[in-house]
Amino acid sequence: MNPRKNSEYMSPLPPTQNNPAVLIDSLRVNRGATKVFTDLNLVIPRGNITGVLGPSGSGKTTLLRAIVGVQRIQGGTVSVLGQPAGNAALRHRIGYATQEASVYPDLTVIQNLHYFAHILNVSRTDVDRVIEAVDLQGQIHQGVSSLSGGQRSRVSLAVAMLGNPDLLVLDEPTVGLDPVLRADLWNLFRELASNGTTLIISSHVMDEAMRCDHLLLLRNGCLVAQTTPAGLLTETEQDNPEDAFLALIRREER
Amino acid sequence: MTYHRTFATTTRVLRQLIRDHRSLVLLLVMPSALVGLFAWIFSDQKMVFQSFGAPILVLFPFILMFVVTSVTTLRERRTGTLERLMTTPLGKGDFIGGYAIAFGLIASLQAIITVAFAVWVCGLDVAGPVWGLGIVAIGNALLGTSLGLLASAFAHTEFQAVQFMPMISFPQVLLGGFLMPREKMPDTLHTISNWLPLSYAVDAINGVTRGESWTYIAGKLGIVLGFALVAIVLASLTLKRQTN
Ligand SMILES: Nc1ncnc2c1ncn2[C@@H]1O[C@H](COP(=O)(O)OP(=O)(O)O)[C@@H](O)[C@H]1O
Ligand SMILES: [Mg+2]
Repeated sequence: MNPRKNSEYMSPLPPTQNNPAVLIDSLRVNRGATKVFTDLNLVIPRGNITGVLGPSGSGKTTLLRAIVGVQRIQGGTVSVLGQPAGNAALRHRIGYATQEASVYPDLTVIQNLHYFAHILNVSRTDVDRVIEAVDLQGQIHQGVSSLSGGQRSRVSLAVAMLGNPDLLVLDEPTVGLDPVLRADLWNLFRELASNGTTLIISSHVMDEAMRCDHLLLLRNGCLVAQTTPAGLLTETEQDNPEDAFLALIRREER
Repeated sequence: MTYHRTFATTTRVLRQLIRDHRSLVLLLVMPSALVGLFAWIFSDQKMVFQSFGAPILVLFPFILMFVVTSVTTLRERRTGTLERLMTTPLGKGDFIGGYAIAFGLIASLQAIITVAFAVWVCGLDVAGPVWGLGIVAIGNALLGTSLGLLASAFAHTEFQAVQFMPMISFPQVLLGGFLMPREKMPDTLHTISNWLPLSYAVDAINGVTRGESWTYIAGKLGIVLGFALVAIVLASLTLKRQTN
């Protein structure tokens, strides 16, 4: 199961590769008794949207945790925006939303945002900007525990966007949302990317692959492919990402 | 550690508590209610309340602050907010300090209410100044807060955190001189009690009711605060930016 053997299915990376947002070399991570990554190597380019896709348990969250620097690693290197992951200099430059909405349920929307704004030294106008971006103006004085699941994850996203970080790491931000809201969020992600933000977005829904610029397909802690949406379809000769992913796995197993 | 981030954390923790009306009432009123019950039970034997009322004043803030602190910080570890905070410029000292100050303030308010109730409503006699009782109660609440912060590092669920409470407090209640003066215990137990922080809190508060000198009380209270400081430092060491 050496991920490198798949390199024949991998498209050439965009030219931004020589100054990548994330560079991972021989990463080894154990979580409890699980060996999540044994030898993971990948590159994430700057300034666009990279989708981390794979079934539940494939290691998406662990990979994102390693990138934001909260995952203890057993070996290898993770470099982010030219610095080792977790470096203090990165703490103003990365926004992270965990898979579960990581905000305080017993505070209101605005109280949550003000707290994180203080921590990040960010102005109140920026708080207004992120609330508008996630379309929660009507809920600012509502307690987070009384929000719907989708609203709560948008509060979490708004917190991650505070201070316009260079890198946004979002763990399954669109899970459980209705199609309209999901489309709105993808428009927002696209807008952020066109302003130069690098976004790393995980999902277990293969359909979302088509909305990304660059794809990392994970399975059992191995990188099945590092490609683009178009590349994925042409290489596998399929017409939807779900079948393409299955085709890749079948090829690998052969 | 930065002043404004610590202060922001304190404000946030206080806001959480203030929005939770039921917990706030429990924190501020329950100790007085229990002191009142204790005084009522022994209303025919005034001597019992006079000798045990004061130690009980330091026990409640200790237990309550221990439980509240360990459960709230554990919740933070479990819900992902701590994970997110560890990716921000917030220092570990800001986090622990912010919690300690917020709960320290609540504990002070609790101590003032409980002491006032015990002295002016239940008629507890004190030879020393009344505010001396308050100071010792606050010191002990800080001890509860710091031990709670430390204990939350060793629990994986809120259920476990709550169970640390009897484990930490019962032996100290038995050995700390609440039930029986420490000097009258068997030598081995007396020696063990010398290593428990609550023993010094009981010494200090009894010192106030007996009207001992300030150097005596400050010495005992200093030991309690020393334990609290060590627990806070250990708690911030157990807080890791990187976890499994
Ligand atoms: N705290 C943990 N302790 C032990 N194993 C874990 C822990 N967290 C995740 N794992 C295991 O690590 C693997 C990858 O998990 P994760 O990164 O959460 O996957 P995904 O986000 O793709 O669903 C899974 O097999 C999961 O069971
Ligand atoms: Mg996950």
